[in-house]
Amino acid sequence: MNIYGVLAIYKFEMARTKRTLVQSIVAPVITTSLYFIVFGAAIGSRIDQVEGVSYAAFIVPGLIMLNLLMHSISNASFGIYFPKFVGTVYELLSAPVSTMEVVLGYVGAAATKSIILGLIILLTASFFIDLQIAHPIIGLLFILLTAVSFSLFGFILGIWADNFEKLSVVPMLLITPLVFLGGSFYSTDMLPQPWQSISLLNPVLYLVSGLRWSFYEIAEVNVLVSLASILVFMFACLGIVFYIFHTGYKLRL
Amino acid sequence: MNAVAEPILTVKNLNKTYAGGFQALKDINLEIRKGEIIALLGPNGAGKTTLISTICGIVRPTSGEVTVAGYDIIRDFRKTRAIIGLVPQELTTDSFESVWNTVSFSRGLFGKAPNPAHLEKVLKELSLWDRKDDKIMTLSGGMKRRLMVAKALSHEPSILFLDEPTAGVDVSLRKDMWNIVSELQQAEVTIILTTHYIVEAEEIADRIGVINNGELILVEDKNRLMQKMGKKQLLLDLSESVSSLPSSLSQYNLELSDDGYQLIYTFDTQSKNTGITSLLDDLKLANFHFNDLNTTQSSLEEIFVNLVNESSRA
Repeated sequence: MNIYGVLAIYKFEMARTKRTLVQSIVAPVITTSLYFIVFGAAIGSRIDQVEGVSYAAFIVPGLIMLNLLMHSISNASFGIYFPKFVGTVYELLSAPVSTMEVVLGYVGAAATKSIILGLIILLTASFFIDLQIAHPIIGLLFILLTAVSFSLFGFILGIWADNFEKLSVVPMLLITPLVFLGGSFYSTDMLPQPWQSISLLNPVLYLVSGLRWSFYEIAEVNVLVSLASILVFMFACLGIVFYIFHTGYKLRL
Repeated sequence: MNAVAEPILTVKNLNKTYAGGFQALKDINLEIRKGEIIALLGPNGAGKTTLISTICGIVRPTSGEVTVAGYDIIRDFRKTRAIIGLVPQELTTDSFESVWNTVSFSRGLFGKAPNPAHLEKVLKELSLWDRKDDKIMTLSGGMKRRLMVAKALSHEPSILFLDEPTAGVDVSLRKDMWNIVSELQQAEVTIILTTHYIVEAEEIADRIGVINNGELILVEDKNRLMQKMGKKQLLLDLSESVSSLPSSLSQYNLELSDDGYQLIYTFDTQSKNTGITSLLDDLKLANFHFNDLNTTQSSLEEIFVNLVNESSRA
């Protein structure tokens, strides 16, 4: 294994975060704080508890998932798209690194950044509410699996995209609606039928539900179903990544 | 160059057809010996960059086989790529990164443990050491070109591909680049370069390969090529203008300049009998008097143009 190659990619990507600290860390923290002020303090004060949990606390797992998904995708997609855009991808393609090593470097860095961000959001939330986490290990597992899976998805997006519009259109038009309609800010019990049943088709619902269960032991679906769904998604993304490198899709001519 | 050195790179029946159906490489066969400098010449779109990109792993071959140091470039890609350095044609750099970070990245990517002393040596040799902490975006075009070389040398390759290394650079930098190539050859690095500047190939290459329309139409030792294909001419400046030549000189196929003051005799350098002595005797008999005489030899550029034109007509 080319461990130096993996470390080179990983360090290079992590160094980019240092250069864009405001965009990578400060901006999401401010956005999250605004969510707490608007949804937690302003609107949340007029909402009774949701399934026995205060509204401000109820939305914490959803907010973490929202940021994890968005930043995992954007970190990984930009990480591989930028070398394609500026032409430095030639070096990656001519280097003695395997598919797995390239993925480890890029996806590892993107997932690391997202996990750090998720933990920072958790810390930010603790300033606004009295946080209690019933199953911290399960919670961390969900955060880890989500960060890795959606970083893989972002990596695929970055390879597929051939312009900046395509790079932003999937997170904006697909992920954001799925997160908002995936029970991040409400319980699906609050929805009338048939929307309650339709919500079950939203894959993000399973992630939010799983993470919320690890916090408060309340869930829309069984936690094992949530865990299985994220694993299926992760392996599907891995399969696509291997197909891309095997065929050279959009990378090698 | 060591003429009997073993081949470090072998290309056999290599073909590349792009998805759109364009055949960029047609049955390329090539052997490159360890430590030599080979220049690949060819017009735009001839297939030079495709050939280099295929050997380096950027482009996938349609058929054929390429081995580097005895290893197949697909099956044993780790071994082959680890010993190859590539300086691409375009100045593709991560503008926001520092010089030091980008060469460190390149070294790591190619599987080498950190070695600050080696990177320092490379940057010093390329006059970039003083700028090691600067962002790439602050470097001049020439410095960026040298940085591309530094990145390619960061992992101590034994084969270096230079894809038009002096395209768009000034004369001074071009000479610097030739010096760098010369020093690398002394360090036994095999160098394959593509260039549009024939004078560059003439100056630094041991062998010349000519590619046109995806075909490698010739690979030859530079000196032998110039000797074999180069024309030599004897130019005779006459003291008086003449309007026509006597029939006694017809066997020499002489050319007469428009003003009638110069005779041009083209002869074969490889022939035992160049015909110069008998020509001079016959000119004397025909009562021609000269003010001056000199000889010229065709340049590699003329040979290249002739080869490409012949290949295109075929």
